[in-house]
Amino acid sequence: MAAAALPSAPGRRLLGGLRRIAGSQEMVLFLCIVILLVVVGTINPRYVAERNLHSIFLGNAYIAVAAIGMSMVIISGNIDISVGSLIGVLATLSGSLAVDGYPILVSWLAPLVVGAMVTAFIGFLVAYLRMPSIVVSLGMLSILKGGLISVTGGAWITNLPVGYALAQMRPLSIPMPIWFMVVLTIGAALWMRYTATGRAIYAVGGNAEAARVSGISRRRTIMTVFIVHGVFVGIASVLFATQLSVIQSTVPPNLELTIITASVVGGVSILGGTGTVIGSTLAAILLAAIGSSLIFVGISPYWLRAVQGFLILITVLADLIRRRRQARAR
Amino acid sequence: MQAVLELDDISKSFPGVQALDRVHFNVRAGEVHALLGENGAGKSTLIKIVSGVYQPDSGRVLLNGRAVRFESPRAAHAAGIATIFQELLLFPQLTVAENIFMGHAPRTRFGAIDWGAMRTRAEEILASLDIHGLDVSRDVGALTVGNRQRVEIAKALSQNARILIMDEPTAALAEADVLHLFRIVRLLRERGVSIVYISHRLEEVFQLADRVTVLRDGAFVGSRQVAETSRGELINMMVGRTISNLFPKLDAEIGEPVLEVKDLQGPPLFHDVSLQLRAGEVVGLAGLVGSGRSEVAQAIFGIKPADAGEIRVSGQRVRIASPGQAKRLGIAYVPEDRGTQGLIRPMRLRENVSLAVLRQVARGWFVDRRAETELADRSIRQLDIRASGPEQLVAKLSGGNQQKVVLGKWLAAKPRVLLMDEPTRGVDIGAKSEIHRLMSGLAQSGLAVLMISSELPEIMGMSDRILVMREGTIVAEFARATATQEAIAAAMMSEQAAPVAASA
Repeated sequence: MAAAALPSAPGRRLLGGLRRIAGSQEMVLFLCIVILLVVVGTINPRYVAERNLHSIFLGNAYIAVAAIGMSMVIISGNIDISVGSLIGVLATLSGSLAVDGYPILVSWLAPLVVGAMVTAFIGFLVAYLRMPSIVVSLGMLSILKGGLISVTGGAWITNLPVGYALAQMRPLSIPMPIWFMVVLTIGAALWMRYTATGRAIYAVGGNAEAARVSGISRRRTIMTVFIVHGVFVGIASVLFATQLSVIQSTVPPNLELTIITASVVGGVSILGGTGTVIGSTLAAILLAAIGSSLIFVGISPYWLRAVQGFLILITVLADLIRRRRQARAR
Repeated sequence: MQAVLELDDISKSFPGVQALDRVHFNVRAGEVHALLGENGAGKSTLIKIVSGVYQPDSGRVLLNGRAVRFESPRAAHAAGIATIFQELLLFPQLTVAENIFMGHAPRTRFGAIDWGAMRTRAEEILASLDIHGLDVSRDVGALTVGNRQRVEIAKALSQNARILIMDEPTAALAEADVLHLFRIVRLLRERGVSIVYISHRLEEVFQLADRVTVLRDGAFVGSRQVAETSRGELINMMVGRTISNLFPKLDAEIGEPVLEVKDLQGPPLFHDVSLQLRAGEVVGLAGLVGSGRSEVAQAIFGIKPADAGEIRVSGQRVRIASPGQAKRLGIAYVPEDRGTQGLIRPMRLRENVSLAVLRQVARGWFVDRRAETELADRSIRQLDIRASGPEQLVAKLSGGNQQKVVLGKWLAAKPRVLLMDEPTRGVDIGAKSEIHRLMSGLAQSGLAVLMISSELPEIMGMSDRILVMREGTIVAEFARATATQEAIAAAMMSEQAAPVAASA
């Protein structure tokens, strides 16, 4: 092995740190967003007009927020494919409570609590009964989706009370969804990177058995991840429910796929153990920006899903090549 | 004698690493040629070139005097070169016969697989290797490691291999299986098959090989006739420095009992196990693979708690139901398999080292980065880990350095009792003697160490006391002064097998 055996000086460490940032998934995504804005903005200046940028960010911030929780779940070595259905259910719950005259605060907070309860149930089955999360959440997907349509019949919820539209508020003249997206991403990133619990999540996802032998509780870690994820899904649901003045009480089609795509394109390894929530938020923005750009360069927006698919394959391929290089360098 | 395979001036580099630098290597018909070198010396790259997995950047490969270039493993197979890698490449859900004839099954006139002929020929091949009592209709997944390896050898022969490359074939084998493997290797040599044999165990080289070639840091150091060389010379060639004593156990003051285990029961794996570890003491736990050694250690550490029995730490009776509890009682465990139970590969060295003490290096909720980096730096210095620094991903380290990271993680927890399961398996000789030196130093500082090992010289060299397990229980105890390899081996293998054991 030709690895240098010298103790590294602080200077070298800083340089190594900078090099890592420059080559990171986050930086690549950031550059992609910038390049996209510049190129499409040159072709059609209306693309970068404030109005359109707002619609890119506002309409998709809830996806970024849900992708934060999803990224944590995937980093821990699990997955939740019921997330789209859960957002549908929680948005309907929130709207119904508001229409039924409950205090607005209750209609905002109830989805967080119920979301955490649902994901805690998934987490319990995964952590204590050792059921694979993909199967548990597949079952949950059907239960929620079927239950929702049976109860509501897919009706529109209208006549939402004044003051309910959280996502349309603009404290300090910055739209609320952007506040949520930025603050939650930074908060979650710090939590994942600097707390002992965050470290445990990476450890369990990287090698559950080795983590257990090191005295880290796999059960507690997985329960924590799922409950935190549920809270994020709850917040995403409220943003989703309050962005328009009506709520359709069905499950938005393919929502879980968009959210999982954001995580994967954001650099979260589907095998667990690596990735960051900053990456998944940037990826959510990139996906939204691509979707909007198609319209402005005159491509049918139906291509968006295909583009997302290509992005997944490119990201995973790039990751694979990087791993192969590392493996060979041994 | 004519060389059947000759490698001339072979070089191969990977991004950032010169894996092989103008290496020479040749194999004659009907010889066992050992390939020695520390981890990272280039042995694996060399055999991957011979077996067609890699292609050399420069240099020539001559097969029976003719220059060849293997573009794929298939091309190497076709030329009569078979390789048995450390991780056996078998299909567990298929039968022995199906595995042996994978890819070249005998066919009937109509092109269908001729199952009858396949079984018969599989049986013939196994019999020709003096392997009996192995049912060719059984699934490979149900076989022991030793038997699986025999299936791999049979598979190589079914393709008429003239050159057989074996990468650390004894690493995962129990002693009895090792002896059987040696018989097979000698049988093949008599039939004119050339064998390239990679091993970390010098004893095996002297027992088995005709010639030996040593690589160091990707370069050719030399080839010797085994009859004309010595242990000392080979070790010198491998590490480029003199190691006077492989196992430098220093005397330590032996104090009070720290860990006492009484009548531990964990059927069917072990029963009635009692042992005692005192401060400053290294206790060697010998026994064949499958004798219950690892299971006892895992029971003490709470990975698979025992059904019954008593464990005392510093005289206090304790219950250990999880590794977390064991950790809080001051017990540490360096597992046999660092890949599954030791390392978190996608993580950095710093994060691996602090894993067992996350709560201690955390201030409130947050991990104290600076304390953590200091901890990693200290481990790197104390254990002489060859890494670019605390931020290096552990997956990129060599085996010996990975093992040191696992050890560093547990030393960070400042344990009173250290359980080590095969602490130097798959580790090169340089790192091995460093790990031994460390264990010795730890014992001197008052740690109680239980060392499980399959290598008798290691057991003999490191232990103050030696316990021997057989069939799930402790059957013998030796003091350092009175232990002999023969006596330990006899206890391990049961009395009847003792004469065989003495030669192992």
